[in-house]
Amino acid sequence: MPDPTLRVENLVTAFHTRNGTLRAVDGVSFEVGRGKVLGLVGESGSGKSVTGFSIMGLVDPPGRIDGGRILFQGRDLVGLPEEEMRALRGSRIAMIFQDPMMTLNPVLRIDTQMIEAVKAHHPAIGDDEARSRARDALAQVGIPSPEARLKAYPHQFSGGMRQRVAIATALLNKPDLIIADEPTTALDVTIQGQILFEVQKLCRQTGTALIWITHDLSVVASLADEICVMYAGKIVEQGSVDDVLDRPTHPYTHGLLRSVPSANPRGQPLRQIPGMTPSLLSLPSGCAFRLRCERATGECVQVPEMTAPMAGRRVRCFHPLLSTVPV
Amino acid sequence: MATILPNTALESVPVAPVETPWRRFVTDFMASPLAIVGLIMLVAIIAIALVAPLISPQNPYDLNQLDILDGNLKPGSKAGPGYTFWLGSDDQGRDMLSGIFYGLRISLGVGVMSSVLALALGLSVGLLAAYTGGRVEGFLMRVVDIQLSFPAILVALILLAVLGEGTWKVIAALVTVQWAYYARTVRGTALVERRKEYIEAALCLGLSHRRVMFRHLLPNCLPPLIVVATVQVAHAIALEATLSFLGIGLPITSPSLGLLIANGFEYLLSGKYWISFFPGVALLLTIVSINLVGDQLRDVLNPRLQK
Repeated sequence: MPDPTLRVENLVTAFHTRNGTLRAVDGVSFEVGRGKVLGLVGESGSGKSVTGFSIMGLVDPPGRIDGGRILFQGRDLVGLPEEEMRALRGSRIAMIFQDPMMTLNPVLRIDTQMIEAVKAHHPAIGDDEARSRARDALAQVGIPSPEARLKAYPHQFSGGMRQRVAIATALLNKPDLIIADEPTTALDVTIQGQILFEVQKLCRQTGTALIWITHDLSVVASLADEICVMYAGKIVEQGSVDDVLDRPTHPYTHGLLRSVPSANPRGQPLRQIPGMTPSLLSLPSGCAFRLRCERATGECVQVPEMTAPMAGRRVRCFHPLLSTVPV
Repeated sequence: MATILPNTALESVPVAPVETPWRRFVTDFMASPLAIVGLIMLVAIIAIALVAPLISPQNPYDLNQLDILDGNLKPGSKAGPGYTFWLGSDDQGRDMLSGIFYGLRISLGVGVMSSVLALALGLSVGLLAAYTGGRVEGFLMRVVDIQLSFPAILVALILLAVLGEGTWKVIAALVTVQWAYYARTVRGTALVERRKEYIEAALCLGLSHRRVMFRHLLPNCLPPLIVVATVQVAHAIALEATLSFLGIGLPITSPSLGLLIANGFEYLLSGKYWISFFPGVALLLTIVSINLVGDQLRDVLNPRLQK
């Protein structure tokens, strides 16, 4: 079997602060194959963005990767020299960010920024060739009159259009892996729908692997092939999207799905998971979710291991919900 | 390449001719009459300085054109060669008006040159400090703190006492005094901009650090810098005039406004006010006009003051 585009094994990324060490990503493992979409789901602070930045090799101090391997096309990215990492960034691995208002440099024209992105990795390419690539990429993500739009400044675009430009920039060098960090969170649902549609099609056409980081389960449901649910730096449940969303086995996943307003009966108070996401500095011993979990027992003060309660599913829980009716 | 999502509704919409940032800047700047006055004065002063040899009635530094018998004449007096000393003459028979024109050249030249050099130095230091952070930043900014804790005039005096006289030495002293202001300003802005996502995004594109620093970070730090630079040019001119007045500034062969003022100050009490007075007025107008423009620039470029 050929190597998957990306295989992350036991990744540990920790922030060494004055108040102690925060393990923002704690033993995370997953893989994404060519043309596949992996949804990385979790609440704020669950470590999903840090996972993305770890793959890019852009964890800012005091954070650093303390363990594990990130195999990109069979090559370990952890400890790769900065020069080689930079050659991959933006070329083989691209990233799309959450806020389209902020990801484009406000003082540079779109063409300047896109041509720069091409030429950073292909110094031999001339300006004209780079420009026509930029124009093609804009057309590809559905921007009307791309030639004229190239000359515009970021502030002349709407939020949705800007995110398209950001996606087009990520596509410029035809990457093998795109990490999308909540790219549609700041957009309204219709624009979100269009962009999801385009991204999905692009992945199928080009074989690009995609990691879609989000807290929005409905986005994952429509887009991803596989899903990883993260809680306090650990993956608590992993499996194919339909399975996990239809029959969650981890109490946290179950709670998340029950919190989606449309899953609630009308007129009743909205359901929620009791308590707050714990601070990474003072995690409860054992299972990090145990204090908010209605199924917790004395056993949960031990750290649960990943188990495979059914085919194609991995869960980190002593008491998985195996017989529940769908949410 | 095919459009994946044919956006027919948007296809026909032309790109609207949005007002460019530059045009908006010009409109905002022109909103204040005082700033326009300042700008006109400044442009006139710069123009005079540039073409001084062409418009001066006399070359005050060509000994052939001077006549000692024309010395210390009142403003409006007729000179031997047939022209009028509109602003009087000094003890050597030099026309004050011509002297001021030539003096502006030197004062402005030294002020601008030292500000540009200080800007380049301070900008690099500030940008580097903000971008690298950690020990480098700590070290560079402590140097800035130390530099700023000494009064400017004291530093300049000591430096010139050590270095000796000369135009380039004065410029070096002014740069030493000024670079720290730029470094501090740039660092402050750059620290804010550094945390913005477009810098992260640029790094994710695999651009080199140098490129991110100068191409992406620097242009976004410019607005406050432009303001500081204008004010600092005025500062540099005033400081240079002070140093020249004290006799340790520019050499007598490149007479700036400060030297002209120093030149006439012995005559002040004997009623020959014009030798010091008119260069003083010229210096005042120059600094006031620069500050007027600088103030308006600060208002226009500061997003917090925008209504």
